[in-house]
Amino acid sequence: MVDPLELPWLRPGPGDFRARIRQLRKADTVSTSELAGLTNHALDLSRLGQISKLVSGHRDALTQKGLLRPVRLAIAASHTVDLLLEALPATGLRHGLLIESHKSDYGQAAQQVLDPASDLAKWQPDFTFLAFDAQALGLSAPILEEATADQAVDTALDLMRSLMRAARENLGTAVIVQTLALPTEATFGNFDVRNPGTMRSLLDRFNKRLIAEVMENGDLLLDTSSIAQDVGLSRWHDPLRWHDAKLSTALDAVPLFADHVCRLLAAALGLARKALVLDLDNTLWGGVIGDDGLEGIKLGQGSAAGEAHLAVQAYARSLRERGIVLAVCSKNEEEAARIPFREHPEMLLKEDDIAVFVANWTDKATNLKFIAEALNIGTDALVFLDDNPAERERVRQELPEVAVPEIGDEPAYYVPILSRAGYFEAVAFGDEDRGRAQMYQANARRASEMLAIGNLDDYLASLDMTCSIRPFDEMGRTRIAQLTNKSNQFNLTTRRRSEAEIAEVEADACKFAVQVRLVDRFGDNGMISVVIFDRGAEEWTCDTWLMSCRVLGRRVEEAVLAHIAAAATKAGAKRLIGQYLPTAKNVIVSDHFAKLGFTQDGELDDGGTRWVLDLGEFSPTTLPMQVDLATDLEASHA
Amino acid sequence: MDQNAIIEQLTEVMGEVFDLDELEYDESMSAADIEEWDSLSNIRFVVAVEKEFGIRFSNSEIEAIENVGQLTALISSKLG
Repeated sequence: MVDPLELPWLRPGPGDFRARIRQLRKADTVSTSELAGLTNHALDLSRLGQISKLVSGHRDALTQKGLLRPVRLAIAASHTVDLLLEALPATGLRHGLLIESHKSDYGQAAQQVLDPASDLAKWQPDFTFLAFDAQALGLSAPILEEATADQAVDTALDLMRSLMRAARENLGTAVIVQTLALPTEATFGNFDVRNPGTMRSLLDRFNKRLIAEVMENGDLLLDTSSIAQDVGLSRWHDPLRWHDAKLSTALDAVPLFADHVCRLLAAALGLARKALVLDLDNTLWGGVIGDDGLEGIKLGQGSAAGEAHLAVQAYARSLRERGIVLAVCSKNEEEAARIPFREHPEMLLKEDDIAVFVANWTDKATNLKFIAEALNIGTDALVFLDDNPAERERVRQELPEVAVPEIGDEPAYYVPILSRAGYFEAVAFGDEDRGRAQMYQANARRASEMLAIGNLDDYLASLDMTCSIRPFDEMGRTRIAQLTNKSNQFNLTTRRRSEAEIAEVEADACKFAVQVRLVDRFGDNGMISVVIFDRGAEEWTCDTWLMSCRVLGRRVEEAVLAHIAAAATKAGAKRLIGQYLPTAKNVIVSDHFAKLGFTQDGELDDGGTRWVLDLGEFSPTTLPMQVDLATDLEASHA
Repeated sequence: MDQNAIIEQLTEVMGEVFDLDELEYDESMSAADIEEWDSLSNIRFVVAVEKEFGIRFSNSEIEAIENVGQLTALISSKLG
């Protein structure tokens, strides 16, 4: 289930939250990105309040740094908004805003908006939020006499209209109004919607007419009624809090409500996101195109996962139609990555829908920078959708300004979560917006070159990787056989073996065979690599070297090489021999041995290459991981 | 749940809600002793306690509580 109150697109609050707050509190200066990074979690009111205090304490310094947009927000409210005020400065950080807010005095909301000499007016807000509830508008009880009911709605709208005009003219600010959450209590029951005087009907009519009003006058509208419906009215309203503190919502709803206020402000200031960057494998379709092929990926009718991925495409396409630019950023061979766009009958997205298409093996943060440059927008205008938590974390570390939603591991929830994050809020929609995606696309065609790899080492070190290398054993046999049969891309020789054949390799004293697993702080990647060498007196020759592409770029192959080199040296061998046998799918490893320090030593039939590594000259490098070996190297062939 | 476990959890919630780093639990402690404990943070506190222990308080229960010792007893009775 996707629960909007949990702010599901954000990571849960960090375990060391209190410690980090204490540290920030002691520091003389705070960095904008440090504060924003902390706020980019799902936090409750108390925690938001703690960050807000820091924001207020460092407001001048944060203003001077210029990374956040200062906003003065007045809230003229007929109920208690103190908790909203506590949440806003922190929440604003998620949206690039440095919010300062001011509320009307108790019971003085209307007067202070209408009076050009009031404290509220003197405070000179940029925006004024007219937060009036059903009670203040005379719509909190049923009015069963029809003419009186109509009159009550008219009166409520007259009041709002005069307040909107006064805020615009007396205070000189932009104005925000809100639709009202419908009630949970019924007067009749199912009949309520049929009687114009029930509270439900009154509020419904008020909302419709208020919407018509802002469509006319251009003021901003916070659609509180829809937010409340998404949460569920019985969770949105909390009569306890209304009676003991005049809070208009349950306490748990305040962080979400604050986020909506900030989205709207950000959109009004032109700070909403502009582009959605999509991963491909397991995001736009299920499976890995490079390994599974066109027939193997899950997309479209016929499987639940296939339909869920199709829904991601449909949503992306609807965003494009309203002017959001789409881009692709995938770890893939470009040729393979484009095949579904060209040949899969159920693909909704076509190559023409994608403004910048990047499929390569460079790290994604570097690619995202490239995409932003190609589109001529800031990286802070990007949203990056990727199913892989390690990729998401890497991008957050390298480019904290990119919005990276937590989408979990259920493709059916990708769209509900992405949509609720509200990255693409708008305050208007016109012809120009419709054409915007095409415009960016045209700009992007000019750029084409790829950039070099960024600060990979820091990232890898942060993953807390443990690579365990073990000889073949009975437990691993099934998975080893599966990998030799499934791996197409990172596979030097593409030799397929059955489980029985794997058992033979395991028993063969002339073979040196290892299975490799990788654990990182996001979890256990399981067995991700299999390597088999033929042991000779002078030379050990590579029979098989394969690895799962999901751990590409983690330097696992270097750890494996160090292990094999040590074993071969100990056995008295002088050289390691490598072979690359090209197939239609394994071009990514054509320079595998060159990268590991082998030198080319002739060509094989069918375009293959032979490589040699002199063990006398080999020295292993320090790697950003723990390597966990079988205790006795000699055991590796037993 | 035993009394000490409740007190430990409750003290942690108070630290978070009232934003206090060092807090010694004392049965007689009340809003008068903690500067940050005003009527609004009291509501945040009540709701945080409800969430932490998976219980719900009525307004009359909230109004009747005079110190944290009474609150601990109330939590304990609700947890049964």
